[in-house]
Amino acid sequence: MDILYFVIQQMMYFSIPLLIVALGGLFSERSGVINIALEGTMVIGAFCGTFFINQMQGVLPGQPVLILAMLVSIVAGMIVSLVHAYAAINMKADQTISGTAINIFAPAFVIFVARAIQGVQQVQFINQFRVDSVPVLGSIPVIGPMFFQNAYITTYIGVTILVISWLVLYKTRFGLRLRACGEHPQAADSVGISVYKMRYAGVLISGALAGLGGLVFIIPISTNFNATVSGYGFLALAVLIFGQWKPWKIAGAAVFFGLMKTISAVYSGIPILVGLGIPSNIYKMIPYVATLILLAFTGKNSQAPKAEGIPYDKGSR
Amino acid sequence: MDKFLKKEGTASFLSAVAAVIMGLLVGLIVLLVASPSNALAGFGMILTGGFSDMKNVGQVLYYATPIIMTGLSVAFANKTGLFNIGGAGQYMVGAFAAVYVGVEWTFLPPVLHCIVAMIAAMIAGAIWGLVPGLMKAYCNVNEVISCIMMNYIGLNLVNLLVRQTIFDSARNQSYWPADSAELSKLGFDKIFVAGATPSSVNAGIVLAVIAGIVMYIVIDRTKFGYELKACGLNREAARYAGINEKRSIVLSMVIAGGLAGLGGAFYYLSGAGAGIAITEELAAEGFNGIPVALLGMSNPIGSVFAGIFISYLKVGGQAMQSLGLAPEIIDIITSVIIYFAAFALFFKLMLAKLSAGKQKTNANAEPVSQNAKKGGTA
Repeated sequence: MDILYFVIQQMMYFSIPLLIVALGGLFSERSGVINIALEGTMVIGAFCGTFFINQMQGVLPGQPVLILAMLVSIVAGMIVSLVHAYAAINMKADQTISGTAINIFAPAFVIFVARAIQGVQQVQFINQFRVDSVPVLGSIPVIGPMFFQNAYITTYIGVTILVISWLVLYKTRFGLRLRACGEHPQAADSVGISVYKMRYAGVLISGALAGLGGLVFIIPISTNFNATVSGYGFLALAVLIFGQWKPWKIAGAAVFFGLMKTISAVYSGIPILVGLGIPSNIYKMIPYVATLILLAFTGKNSQAPKAEGIPYDKGSR
Repeated sequence: MDKFLKKEGTASFLSAVAAVIMGLLVGLIVLLVASPSNALAGFGMILTGGFSDMKNVGQVLYYATPIIMTGLSVAFANKTGLFNIGGAGQYMVGAFAAVYVGVEWTFLPPVLHCIVAMIAAMIAGAIWGLVPGLMKAYCNVNEVISCIMMNYIGLNLVNLLVRQTIFDSARNQSYWPADSAELSKLGFDKIFVAGATPSSVNAGIVLAVIAGIVMYIVIDRTKFGYELKACGLNREAARYAGINEKRSIVLSMVIAGGLAGLGGAFYYLSGAGAGIAITEELAAEGFNGIPVALLGMSNPIGSVFAGIFISYLKVGGQAMQSLGLAPEIIDIITSVIIYFAAFALFFKLMLAKLSAGKQKTNANAEPVSQNAKKGGTA
């Protein structure tokens, strides 16, 4: 049972950032803009957040620093995504190319800035954010140790974002309009919705969540940020597709992918898995292979937003 | 002048030049902000470092070799309207195949050993291109997504295979390929040398240039190349004209994968003392094929020059390290170049408007569209 608790606690560290970033991608793609810059945006978000913690840790107490750092990451992510939005929406650029540019830019930029400011590229911070046990909830049998011990507030923020995302996309006027712009922007425009504004909103939300996700990814698993989020932005893209562009399915995919990642990281400590003798790289590969297989079967009637990746040109209405 | 502006190639070329200028400008600004005292000296090194001595000229060609190959790979797929972002994965599996053959198949005689290693790399890369190609042709799956998945599958598979087959635990990387599998130096180590240290440039660059020329001929002078381009321009029309568009898509990705895989072979068979490291990061050479192809305007010969240019910046960036500036500035410049290269369409439209505007005044009240057809005789 202890192993199960341990695995689930670890899994949260991997699943929650995937969930947050994939939901970010969801907003962007639902508005009609492909955002493969998630990886780069995470890197910038993680850098700004950890650097803020690095500077402010001595001044402010634990949890408030984390919350402020998350806000910093969100703003940083939004600024990066603005660059992508401008290319994709105003300049009608190829969205894959502009996203690739950001992915190459981000790690180079943070290494350059980190070295210019502090000499080394690693941004150190002290991890004082772990909550040993959430009051009251942590002492519930079974559920307590699973979800409310050795946890981070980021976990609960991630779940909150999931619920809010679902509410916003499916229960508000804004969500309906956003989705319309991703499915049929001409129709949306014809009834007076500003496609450009909606797409900007989608990309900005994705930037905010990707920036936040970058910080959320780094905090539990390390005590320094070394200019990389290990391909998590791309994995989040896979989560988004595996979740078929639907919030709750994305949550399921994030849990599945997070579990695979956890197993690859900790399997040497779990006797049953050691007995199987499967190398860790296989577990790391499974999410990508699974996504490919799913795509192969669903490609013909894909749930992807119909107009994603196509720049909206008012003239072609 | 108007005629010159209106040519499709000119517009692409001008937009590529504009992207490069923007990239260098942003690089300069970043340098100025980060280190005002060293910025100009550093920027000068970026611009001239590649020419500072013969060894560096050789290094430019050496680093250009793999990215010319991945650039050709991206450019080739682009001709069929496909965006091959899977260069990193194709490059890495190709590198593994080449190094595996290079390390293990020592029973082969020298030159043959090298050729077999390169063929193995090409096949491995081709398989990595085949999967997205098949999925695009038969399952309607966007090749960008499947290529990204294949990148990470390739990365993990190579890590796994290196660990289990040719792992050198002393260096924490794969063994180096045997001498008999190395690409010939072709006497380059006598030409491109500074003092006693020769550059690592080798026959790979010659093969990469040949690959560019062959690709140019295939694309521009054969029926097969014509079919690929037709698919890229309008898939439905190509099918209507009796072209097997599914076959073209698959073949295009297979060849693109093979080119990138070969790039991996060229890099690791160079005899410069490199094994495949266990890493969680995708190979940068794979992604650098994208700016190469964009700057080369998807033209094979253009890609060769673009590869040399990007590599030239890289060598300049390494020279700049002596001033205590991080060489990552080159990646910043490259990324800005890519970003502005994505604006090419907008830039072309602007150019077209510019020349159309001029004509309007020349040809009185005639509609602009008719003028455009006349091709700037005014």
